[in-house]
Amino acid sequence: MTTTVERPEPLTPEPAGRPDAHGPGAHGPGDAAPEHVHHEGPSGIVNWLTSTDHKVIGKSYMITSLVLFFLAGVMALVIRAQLMEPNSSVVSYQTYNELFTMHGSLMLYLFAGPFAFGGLANYIVPLQIGAPDMAFPRLNALSYWLYLGGSITMLSGFLVAGGAASFGWVAYAPLSNATNSPGAGADLWLMALALTGFSAIFTGVNLVATIFYLRAPGMTMFRMPIFTWNMLVTAILILIAFPVLFAAVVMLFCDRHFGTHIFSVQGGGSPILWQQLFWFFGHPEVYILALPYFGMVTEVFPVFSRKPLFGYRGMVFATMSIAALSTGVWAHHMFTTGVVLLPFFSLLSYLIAVPTGIKFFNWIGTMWRGQIAFAVPMLFSIGFLFAFLMGGVTGVLLASPPIDFMTHDTYFVVAHFHQVLVGTAVFAAFAGFYYWYPKMFGRMLRESWGKLHFWSLFVGFWVCYTPQYLLGLHGMPRRIATYAPDTGWTTLNVVSTIGAFIMGASFLFFFVNLVVSWARPVPAGSNPWDGHTLEWFTSSPPPHHNYTHLPPIRSERPTWDYNHPEHRTVITHRAPAVPPDQPKELTGAPS
Amino acid sequence: MKVEARILVVIGIFFGIIALVYWFTSYEDAGFLMLIGATGLGLFPGAYYLWWSHHMKPRLEDDPTATIEEGSGQIGTFPGSSIWPFIMGMGATATVLTFVFGLWLAPIAGALVLSALIGATVESRRGGTI
Repeated sequence: MTTTVERPEPLTPEPAGRPDAHGPGAHGPGDAAPEHVHHEGPSGIVNWLTSTDHKVIGKSYMITSLVLFFLAGVMALVIRAQLMEPNSSVVSYQTYNELFTMHGSLMLYLFAGPFAFGGLANYIVPLQIGAPDMAFPRLNALSYWLYLGGSITMLSGFLVAGGAASFGWVAYAPLSNATNSPGAGADLWLMALALTGFSAIFTGVNLVATIFYLRAPGMTMFRMPIFTWNMLVTAILILIAFPVLFAAVVMLFCDRHFGTHIFSVQGGGSPILWQQLFWFFGHPEVYILALPYFGMVTEVFPVFSRKPLFGYRGMVFATMSIAALSTGVWAHHMFTTGVVLLPFFSLLSYLIAVPTGIKFFNWIGTMWRGQIAFAVPMLFSIGFLFAFLMGGVTGVLLASPPIDFMTHDTYFVVAHFHQVLVGTAVFAAFAGFYYWYPKMFGRMLRESWGKLHFWSLFVGFWVCYTPQYLLGLHGMPRRIATYAPDTGWTTLNVVSTIGAFIMGASFLFFFVNLVVSWARPVPAGSNPWDGHTLEWFTSSPPPHHNYTHLPPIRSERPTWDYNHPEHRTVITHRAPAVPPDQPKELTGAPS
Repeated sequence: MKVEARILVVIGIFFGIIALVYWFTSYEDAGFLMLIGATGLGLFPGAYYLWWSHHMKPRLEDDPTATIEEGSGQIGTFPGSSIWPFIMGMGATATVLTFVFGLWLAPIAGALVLSALIGATVESRRGGTI
């Protein structure tokens, strides 16, 4: 069964006779539109299994990845409980190795990426560009099922003899070969990566095709919201990085079972080759995890500062340069192997600080002299700025080979990448989640519980990770299951564990918030934040195929222009190519 | 279409330069080959888009003065609900599990994948879309 989708109806630019359209909390015409353009189709679990609607798939992605996030978070708490005291025996060494491997794998492969490009991007990107769905809806559904299959495959490692994979999320050769890591758990881990890798590649293809081909009339590339821009760049990065991971995984599997010697010295192979392949995927992966979240906070800052985004084009070019540079820096994870070109990778790594700095400048410039509303999405975005700044600055330190030689494989590195990733994939992710939740579910989350969630997470975050920098400088290696009492690491570890449990507890507030807002719904309306971008124009949740009407798209914030016609000239910072009253033949015709 | 083409071409050119710099400073073949792969990833679709952007009328989404009215009509045909992506996903999962747990899973995996391929094709023909 297929549906032929007509273009949404146009709207007059003046929202005449709509007194509520000028103040904060202005509503789009979605409110006046019928509740749902009813979609003939199955409901309930059959709908979940068969839907090709990007909104259903996006929500499935988000729910699945949040469940995996909480599982991985529980693993982190067990790890911190084990490290709280010297000579601790909360779990066995083998279990500890499995836990930190699966914690990292779940967080990086199954939560942070899929939540962004499978969940929020899937839901929001077609809305932001005025598209009725993703370009390939059935491929989109297949992506989700591959992702779910891969997630279950990876978790099922805990059920097989020998336990789950226990070689760290990077699976370095030769630790990951059949001799050192026997058992089905490691194979399941590899196969899970193959499945989720393809899921990511399909989503990447889908996002690029959607953004290139399904934009609404007038939505030129340089009018797309920054979140959509960042998802385009992320999707291209996925297409660069994930095929390499898949190839590496296949090679490692052949080494384990089919007698090849690609990564083993005995057979003439090279263990370092695994690191080259893995990090050629792994470093772009870091930005695949970061760029979508940069995009989310870039949507939040202007709306809650009640200003247009400062430096729109600068943001776009900064995103592209971060992505381009990120593919040339993979071996800065391999400085201590002694076989990589230190100046090349060090220099390119330093260069990434420049576009990232531009982004920080623009975020602060957006808030500068704005009327800042400290709603929960804004708080999480500001929390992201602090967290990511600390993670980023220590990243610049680690890009210096002499410092990296000192701190490599210590808790300094652990603290660095946790601050980067919690900054992006937790703080910015929840900024995006709180921001778009009203759009997705048509109801508001409670501000008070959200603020409790934010502040407890923020405090826990610093208490947890700051001591880990010091532990690293005191020489505590990462991935050790226990340590001796005379090392002097106990106090800092206790502080860090307390911080971890505060972070864990903060999510109780999040659960309460979800339950309360579900049990006693506060209707959101189509545009509760007085948002700028197109998704706030349609009803919450949007109807099947998203739009019954579209406003004229004349800038990068069409919904704002429609709701605030008196401010429209202020925000169109580029003059149109021709004044609107002149004939159209003068513009952009092919020669 | 011009902006899209330029993005991809610039990606290709950037990685081409980086690949050459990397090769002549390190002579390391794995990284060089992967960078060349990234160059191709930018240049091949980039060249395709560039060719099209010179041979097609500008689309409404590339025209800053286009109005919603001009775009009235059909956007396209979109598939409705379909069970085959789910069957295909489970088939793919069973296929990779065959490598872990043994060949006894292969008939199940094969049946799922085959039925999904046939089912999706038949569904597309009936609906007249891909």
